[in-house]
Amino acid sequence: MSDVLAVADHRRGDLRDVSYEIITAGRELADETGGDLHLAVISGTVDEFAEKLDREGVDAIHTVDYGEEFNHGVYAQTVTQLYDDLAPQYVLTPNSVNGLDYAPAVANELGLPLVTDTVGLETDGDTLTATREMYGGKVETTTELEGQAVVTIRGAEWPAADGTGDATIEAFDVDVDEDALGTTVNGFEEVGGGDVDIGEADVLVSVGRGIEEEENLEIIEELADALDATVSASRPIVDNGWLPKNRQVGQSGKVVTPDVYVAIGISGAVQHVAGMKGSDTIVAINTDPNAPIMDIADYAITDDLFDVVPALTERFQ
Amino acid sequence: MKILVTVKEVATVEDEFEIEGTEIADQYLGADLNEWDDYAVEEAVQLQEAGIADEVVTVTIGPEDCEQTIRQALAKGADRAVRVWDDALEDVDLLDVEAKTEILRGVVEEEDPDLVLSGVQSGDDSWGATGVSLAEELGFEWAAVVNHLEHDLDDGIASVRRELEGGVEELTDVELPAVLTIQTGINEPRYASLRGIRQAQRKPLDVQTLADVGVDETVVDSDLELTDMYEPESESDVTVWEGSAEETAGELADLLEEKGVAP
Ligand SMILES: Cc1cc2nc3c(=O)[nH]c(=O)nc-3n(C[C@H](O)[C@H](O)[C@H](O)COP(=O)(O)OP(=O)(O)OC[C@H]3O[C@@H](n4cnc5c(N)ncnc54)[C@H](O)[C@@H]3O)c2cc1C
Repeated sequence: MSDVLAVADHRRGDLRDVSYEIITAGRELADETGGDLHLAVISGTVDEFAEKLDREGVDAIHTVDYGEEFNHGVYAQTVTQLYDDLAPQYVLTPNSVNGLDYAPAVANELGLPLVTDTVGLETDGDTLTATREMYGGKVETTTELEGQAVVTIRGAEWPAADGTGDATIEAFDVDVDEDALGTTVNGFEEVGGGDVDIGEADVLVSVGRGIEEEENLEIIEELADALDATVSASRPIVDNGWLPKNRQVGQSGKVVTPDVYVAIGISGAVQHVAGMKGSDTIVAINTDPNAPIMDIADYAITDDLFDVVPALTERFQ
Repeated sequence: MKILVTVKEVATVEDEFEIEGTEIADQYLGADLNEWDDYAVEEAVQLQEAGIADEVVTVTIGPEDCEQTIRQALAKGADRAVRVWDDALEDVDLLDVEAKTEILRGVVEEEDPDLVLSGVQSGDDSWGATGVSLAEELGFEWAAVVNHLEHDLDDGIASVRRELEGGVEELTDVELPAVLTIQTGINEPRYASLRGIRQAQRKPLDVQTLADVGVDETVVDSDLELTDMYEPESESDVTVWEGSAEETAGELADLLEEKGVAP
């Protein structure tokens, strides 16, 4: 009972980055437990995926050629059956939207403790120490547990595994109970299209919940006009219907890499940062000196946006 | 159709705070209805207004202190509330997903809803797992991170959209009974009216102990132990500009000019 079983993530024909990162996380744990790292690749073009995932550190890849796209029932059944077969100490899944659609079910079905959204993992072979964030990234915590567990890992926290491996690649003969599949995926739709592509902008003036009221957006638009920049936003602004979806930066919005990203009244939650951390220069305007956005900002003004933004606009008028 | 909505009072933290042991010191904490739950409540109330649901019941696990927050959901239109609390829960550091699952199962089995709505996650500890875990426990179907629900629910099917990463939505049919975890932006949560707030005071709020919901006190024994809390070490070398708004805005203007991005 020292192996690690990690599950890959893919969508519409492509492996997602976290699939390579989970190899790194899994290998680190398996090195301490002294076991093997197993990878499960479920649905889609599994042979092609397996070949890509055969990187340094992977001992075995189990492919399940069942269906094209993610279905949580298929994933949950496969992972529990693999667990019965392999008796791993740790089951790792991505903390992606799909990961969160089956990992809790697997943990509950197997009666194993669950730790989600980990950003760091250590084990001495028996005690697992998981690092997580709380309060939108304001604090970090460590959680310990003995023995087996199901753990989900946050994307972009571990480096992607590289090199070429020599894993055994085998088809896993899963017995999917089709009567128990209570959801049907009918398709996908891309949202957030339209006239503006914030991904193309050189300068983004990005606004968050700190703006408080829809009327106040005016000062952001004035600044953007003065700078000849484009307005983007964090999620709450779009959720409120103050700006259209195509302006949203982040995990469920757009990934942007402008020359300059000015984050105004945005705290820097992980799902936001996922969409803008590749910007060349990041400037934060935020009253809270401890806001997580400060960790990735190059320049910061810890002052009231209602004072700073108009003053800045004035400089360019 | 009956809808159960799981709701939670979450802790909010002031900008400046101190940590005591594995907690943020009390004086820096505030309380609010979990943002995601607010959307779940709104969705349920809209289903009721559309004549699809006949009853909306909220359930929370929390001490008496949270009743004020929980009544916000009643003020917005939920019919009644269940609050589970027990001496055994009083000093629990970490109520894990397993414990929440078991306690909520007790309530769901008693209430027997057709649909359970929960938030995608709670804003304070962000486990993001209770809804799906609960569904598995109950033998219900489920869908995580739902940002659209068709309001017909015909033939025992909920047609939903799941919000995946990168602006892609998955169109999925879910058999009822089911648990859906609700994402922000699915609707526009209303503000409670004064009349709603008055009425909420008179709506039933039923307090149950662990024994009442058929759960043993050992449910609080967790395999997980919270061992540390700290402010993350900053890896950044951020330059913080000091001074009046005019001065700091001036620094930023200079930077933009230097970068050649200002007109
Ligand atoms: C599955 C999932 C997907 C998500 N996808 C995304 C996504 O794609 N994009 C996204 O952005 N979020 C996303 N989120 C939401 C994310 O978790 C945060 O809730 C959100 O990013 C917070 O937005 P915010 O920073 O604007 O608001 P808050 O976190 O509320 O921050 C507001 C900030 O404004 C500051 N402030 C307040 N007043 C002032 C003032 N007068 N002057 C200066 N500063 C001020 C505060 O100090 C605070 O830091 C997602 C969440 C989930 C669960």
